[in-house]
Amino acid sequence: MTLALFEDRGTPLNQQRFTWRELAGKPISKLDDDAFTRVRVILMNGIETEALRFSHAAARFNLEFRRPLAEIRRVEQHQATMVNWLLGADHSPLETTIGYEQVAIEITAALAQQEPDPYLAQVYRFGLLEDFDHMYRYSALLDRLEGKDSNNILQSYTDVLPGRPTVVEHRAPENDLRRPFDRKTAAPLTKLNALTLTASEHQTHDYYMNIGPLFADPVARQLYAEIASIEEQHVTQYESLLDPSQSLLENWLLHEAMEAYLYYSCVQQEPNPRIKAMWERMLSYELGHFHMVAELFKKHERQDPQEIVGERLPEPVKFESQREFVRATLAQEVDLRPSGHDFVGLEQEPQRSIEYRNHMNSEGSPSETVAAGYTWRPGTEVLTRAQVRAA
Amino acid sequence: MRNSTDATRLGINRTGLQMSPEHAQEMLEGTQLLEMDMPAGTSDEADGQALSAMRQEYIAMADPLGSVPAPATLKGAAKSGAKMLTGRRPQVFIDKLSERLAFERGGTRLYDAVYAKALASKGDISKVPAEELLEIRNSEARHALLIKECMETLGADPTAQTPCADLVGVESAGLLQAVSDPRTTLAQTLHAALAAELIDNEGWEDLMTMAREMGHDDMANRFKQALDEEAVHLTKVRNWYTLLTMETSELM
Repeated sequence: MTLALFEDRGTPLNQQRFTWRELAGKPISKLDDDAFTRVRVILMNGIETEALRFSHAAARFNLEFRRPLAEIRRVEQHQATMVNWLLGADHSPLETTIGYEQVAIEITAALAQQEPDPYLAQVYRFGLLEDFDHMYRYSALLDRLEGKDSNNILQSYTDVLPGRPTVVEHRAPENDLRRPFDRKTAAPLTKLNALTLTASEHQTHDYYMNIGPLFADPVARQLYAEIASIEEQHVTQYESLLDPSQSLLENWLLHEAMEAYLYYSCVQQEPNPRIKAMWERMLSYELGHFHMVAELFKKHERQDPQEIVGERLPEPVKFESQREFVRATLAQEVDLRPSGHDFVGLEQEPQRSIEYRNHMNSEGSPSETVAAGYTWRPGTEVLTRAQVRAA
Repeated sequence: MRNSTDATRLGINRTGLQMSPEHAQEMLEGTQLLEMDMPAGTSDEADGQALSAMRQEYIAMADPLGSVPAPATLKGAAKSGAKMLTGRRPQVFIDKLSERLAFERGGTRLYDAVYAKALASKGDISKVPAEELLEIRNSEARHALLIKECMETLGADPTAQTPCADLVGVESAGLLQAVSDPRTTLAQTLHAALAAELIDNEGWEDLMTMAREMGHDDMANRFKQALDEEAVHLTKVRNWYTLLTMETSELM
């Protein structure tokens, strides 16, 4: 049985407190902790930063809820900090990037398989193959710039192979928009999945936008610019799945439910006891938030929140290698292209997307340049082939 | 960047106080007001102690970066022909081998960037033969392969990132940034490469000593050869750097 959302009321908001020392606690070990611990850390930071983003946007459109939004947001800020500060400083920005793409691949693949709506599942499989290619390009950059093996981060859970080539992922904005789910008929899990991927891709976009200029190497700067642009497309795509007729409170309720759901998933699968205790604390805090918002929802919308989020949380998100699913998807769907809301074959791709990317790529393609002839090899290319270059 | 002289032209550098005398005066006045308001006994030294105390608390409770994976020879799963590791804590040797491997791999990529800089810096190229930079690059790659082979004979995993291997990535990140920046001249690039060579020479010296003390004389001999090659790199890079720096200061 999964967690009954309405039974456990979690930690009351006035008892949700932190100290600076707690926020800047001991990081996880890049070398010894399981890669999925890092995946969870990155994912949950993305979920918390989405909570902040949503809460601020909501406050701009509503006077009445500004105070409860601000009160909960303060805690979300510190949750985000406590989680994100778990990443150790021995991760170079590029190594952390590998971690971000591992999140994108493994979580998108897991959600694609648990998604009950076939159209949304198709959208997730489509996005998955693009992030999968980003991993290949960034791995090439890590090898060719820093002389490091991305598998030290991936721990052999995730393949490093070309996906849908990044160079063809650029398309006209109207072809990034998908059909939203219907709030009245969609399963709670459908709503949670769509919000999760919107959150995760948004933080990836923001991360690349922040760290891209930190690189001195011009190819790295171009590659981050290129992939950040795709992440912006992905945010547009996933965000467009959300039913725009959901009310502010309904949206807020779903955000809190999503946070509780994902922390619950983390708690179930975390092998590091110190981190597991943190996930348990965060889950309890989120249940506190959820119940606050559920009360507001009942009061203002005069509706039972269970109708929106269900009685129990869904089965936990699987934090495990999705290699076989990713390979099968790659084999079957790499040539799909979006046309408006739908996916079509290569030859039917809208001309506007082709024209847009032809111009973007007209002065060269960083994702092609960085990975020209690249094949992932254990311990980097340097150890295995062409170690001696001709002049 | 045409050549190294371009980076030392006179110009409108805005960073110092002398560039904005009026604003600088206002800055200093603000500082004086703050100092007047500070309680008696406040000093830079006392403030520094508070910072140091917090660092010490974190150091005391910190976990290590990570661990060294046990080589097959220690796990009792050695392939036939594998050399046994001796000593009470042979993992220290594995960690240092892994460190050298990471540094040589990173060094190969560092010289890829130095080589590109040399090819692009036409104004300096007569002083720094690009083909010699390429040879240094290839030598770093050969050294990485040498360490890989040695680790394999010990049953150690050359693909693992050990704590010291992890740390050399952190240490050399700034050098890579300096070299890969298109705005830095060949002279500035070689300054970073010189720092890398100094670290590298020290690293091979230590590794050679450690191999000999652990009874791996054959490895120590191969490391000695690598050290000799690194000494040549160091001399060359130092000479090129000095030459370009002297030339840009018109002292030669």
